[in-house]
Amino acid sequence: MDTLILSRIQFGANISFHILFPTITIALGWVLLGFKLAYNRTGAEKWMDAYRFWVKIFALSFGMGVVSGITMSFQFGTNWPGFMEAVGNIAGPLLAYEVLTAFFLEAVFLGIMLFGASRVPGWLHTLATFLVAFGTTMSAFWILVLNSWMHTPAGFEIRDGVAYATDWFAVIFNPSMPYRLAHMLLASGLTVAFLIAGVSALRWLWGERSAQVRATLRTGLVMGAALIPIQIFAGDMHGLNTLEHQPAKVAAMEGNWETRGNVPLLLFALPDEEARENRFEVGIPNGASLILKHHADGVVPGLNDFVAEDGTVEHPPVVPLFFSFRIMVATGFAMLLLSWAGVYFMARKRRGIEGLPKPLLYALVPMALSGWLATLAGWYTTEIGRQPWLVNGVLTTEAAVADVPAPMVLGTLIAYLVVYAALLFAYLGVIFYLSRKAAKGEAPEERIALAPLAQAQVAAE
Amino acid sequence: MTYSDPAIWLPFVFAALMGAAILIYVVLDGFDLGVGVLFPFADKDEQDRMVASIGPFWDANETWLVLAIGILLVAFPTAHGAILTALYLPVAVMLIGLILRGVAFEFRAKAPPARKDMWNLSFWAGSLMTSLSQGYMLGLYIMGLESTPATQAFATLTAVFLTVAYSFIGATWLILKTEGALQKKAVDWAKGGIWGVVLGLGAVSLATPFVSQRIWDKWFSFPEIVMLAPLPLGSALLIAGLWVALRRLPTADDSFAGLPFLGAVALFALAFGGLAYSFYPYVVPEQITIYEAASAPESLMIIFVGTLVVLPMILGYTVLAYTVFRGKATALSYE
Ligand code: HDD
Ligand code: HEM
Ligand code: HEM
Repeated sequence: MDTLILSRIQFGANISFHILFPTITIALGWVLLGFKLAYNRTGAEKWMDAYRFWVKIFALSFGMGVVSGITMSFQFGTNWPGFMEAVGNIAGPLLAYEVLTAFFLEAVFLGIMLFGASRVPGWLHTLATFLVAFGTTMSAFWILVLNSWMHTPAGFEIRDGVAYATDWFAVIFNPSMPYRLAHMLLASGLTVAFLIAGVSALRWLWGERSAQVRATLRTGLVMGAALIPIQIFAGDMHGLNTLEHQPAKVAAMEGNWETRGNVPLLLFALPDEEARENRFEVGIPNGASLILKHHADGVVPGLNDFVAEDGTVEHPPVVPLFFSFRIMVATGFAMLLLSWAGVYFMARKRRGIEGLPKPLLYALVPMALSGWLATLAGWYTTEIGRQPWLVNGVLTTEAAVADVPAPMVLGTLIAYLVVYAALLFAYLGVIFYLSRKAAKGEAPEERIALAPLAQAQVAAE
Repeated sequence: MTYSDPAIWLPFVFAALMGAAILIYVVLDGFDLGVGVLFPFADKDEQDRMVASIGPFWDANETWLVLAIGILLVAFPTAHGAILTALYLPVAVMLIGLILRGVAFEFRAKAPPARKDMWNLSFWAGSLMTSLSQGYMLGLYIMGLESTPATQAFATLTAVFLTVAYSFIGATWLILKTEGALQKKAVDWAKGGIWGVVLGLGAVSLATPFVSQRIWDKWFSFPEIVMLAPLPLGSALLIAGLWVALRRLPTADDSFAGLPFLGAVALFALAFGGLAYSFYPYVVPEQITIYEAASAPESLMIIFVGTLVVLPMILGYTVLAYTVFRGKATALSYE
């Protein structure tokens, strides 16, 4: 394997690992602020208990997000020097604003949010929680501006192969930015909603009947039920936007080879890029035309439009896009089904959590990670759909890669993979362990058995 | 071209900013990496207190690295690629080190107690990997980013010395933030570490002028030599002062506990000033100057304006955080 493909795998692996944690911290910060405010308002101890449990998972996720994020920022230089050389004038300021307005805010106030409760007045602690949540969201904003610009570049001109900004407003509010930002923030909200619901369901099944677990199970389900319809709508709008700016990507997502009307919505197929056709198609007649063009004979672009005269393929690989898109959408509909069923059973005869049937609770447990699945699938759709471009129409991925020897990249790739696999395992293990302990009703502070003196000094948490 | 030309002063300002970010990083993450390197010399209870002394700060400290590398990336894009591809492997070692120690803060407190030893090990090993690789990169950078057996040997030397220097500043931090037996231990660690600092400063100062004729001329010609004299003289005085102070610490009423840390910061600043003076105006030693590597002035201007507004705020809330967590490190709890 050559340096290009290895670097791509390495970048993909790193960012995939990284995004797992921001997806959690972005929304969980706001949920924690909600718990805190609910406690301030009602004085009900359950909200503080919920805060104490989830702030641990927040801190852990944050730590994982920070260390993997630092890796990301170095990779631009170690593996993709051509990226900054070609579009540094645009990417640079965006990344700089992310560091200045987001990273410092999060990192400094995180200390106060986590360890400062007994040292600062209550309002300052609440403010610190707010600023951390705000910081993570700002950081999502800036990085998504950059990422969207890479998909739908605007507001620049090219001189001697280097991009210069001509209109910063157009750079920031580039055509796909509002859709991508909305879709990603909602994805984060859904990931957290189902994580909370799933972990709470697990604790419930393990026999915990505390006020806290009732409150969080309900919060998770209601939050999920409220967000998922918006997400499906936002996703649809996003797709229409992509159809306008990156038609080849949409053609690959739909698995549509010929430009034509009355295109079916494929539920399943095996796209075959050699033969340039699908096998085993199962579809809803006219579905894709209806969704993308809003009438049954709407003309949808096909992949064969993106093949040059000499036969060179100029569209992204079809199979990964086709399937990752379907995984995301299927997960979205599973979320819809489960969260609405949950809300229905809770509302029926006003039975609350007690009204939830066992099978539903069991189904919620694996759904704890459904947000991760859909988010990764979504990013794979988006990013692979941009290939062979790194910046759509401006810079190819191949032109940006560093000329470091392939064995070196292979070595670091393996090292990262080993570390990431171990950390992911440890991370899930700790969530499991903390849930188990909470379900057994152990107060978290009693855990560390130290000498009496030391115990007074270090709760070490 | 004059100094009012943005193509001249903007790169200079950004080089200064990057220098400041690197110095702040080396001081701040230096002390918390140093605390990590010293881990095996402490017992279990002391280790908890050592982590408590840096727990609320380490994340923000590391953000200065992100800022420094960010400025390199955004202000000097061509240099960024050249430097980071030349340092590919040590950068990877550093990143894995940062990962191992960064996650250990959380895991050692939250994982099942039986795993705590493993996370302590990960904290120590990560801190060590990070310090060593940063020292190695410093050495290679001084050697003009060339990899030959001789430059690698020099880089290995600076790797060891920077690690000792970090544990020195880490020990002075612990003198400030702890009390009792641990504080006494920290004084001993600092006494040991200071010799490493002396050797390290000496080695780098001896090697630097020999790497390039340009630096040699910059050091040993008149009147530069007079203007430079305060650097070595100041460092010598500081080291002597630190040595005297360390012999008298800890005092009965814990006065002057912050002195060694301040001295260490001053020492780091002087050493850094010397390096910055030698390499200016190059960002890739002897190859690319800051003026050649700079981004378009319009882009730099956008960042500059933002920096003017935001940097004071960042400094402000950094001070707030250090004020909130002033005093001796005790319980670190979410309560
Ligand atoms: C949609 C959200 C999102 C996306 C796509 C990315 N990040 Fe990220 N990143 C965050 C959202 C985020 C965050 C929520 O703000 C994090 C997670 C935990 C944290 O501390 O902040 C973060 C942390 C984080 C950090 C550590 C900040 C610190 O020290 O506090 C760095 C250096 C990066 N990221 C860099 C990157 C780069 C170079 C990316 C792309 C190539 C990237 N991130 C994609
Ligand atoms: C956060 C979620 C993201 C995920 C999961 C993700 C995933 C991926 C994947 C899988 C690839 C490989 C595509 C291929 O080579 O076929 C890729 C490419 C790339 N992405 Fe993203 N990406 C994300 C966000 C971003 C962001 C925010 C940026 C930059 C601002 C970015 C920059 C790049 C670059 C530079 C490449 C080119 C390298 C390559 O082709 O592998 N990505 N990404
Ligand atoms: C069920 C209906 C959904 C539809 C119709 C939909 C639609 C889309 C489309 C068209 C894209 C590609 C955009 C592009 O690159 O041009 C996308 C990307 C993405 N999707 Fe979805 N999506 C749905 C559900 C979900 C769910 C449930 C999640 C996560 C919880 C999610 C997370 C993402 C993410 C993270 C991306 C990549 C970032 C972006 O481009 O916005 N999606 N989605």
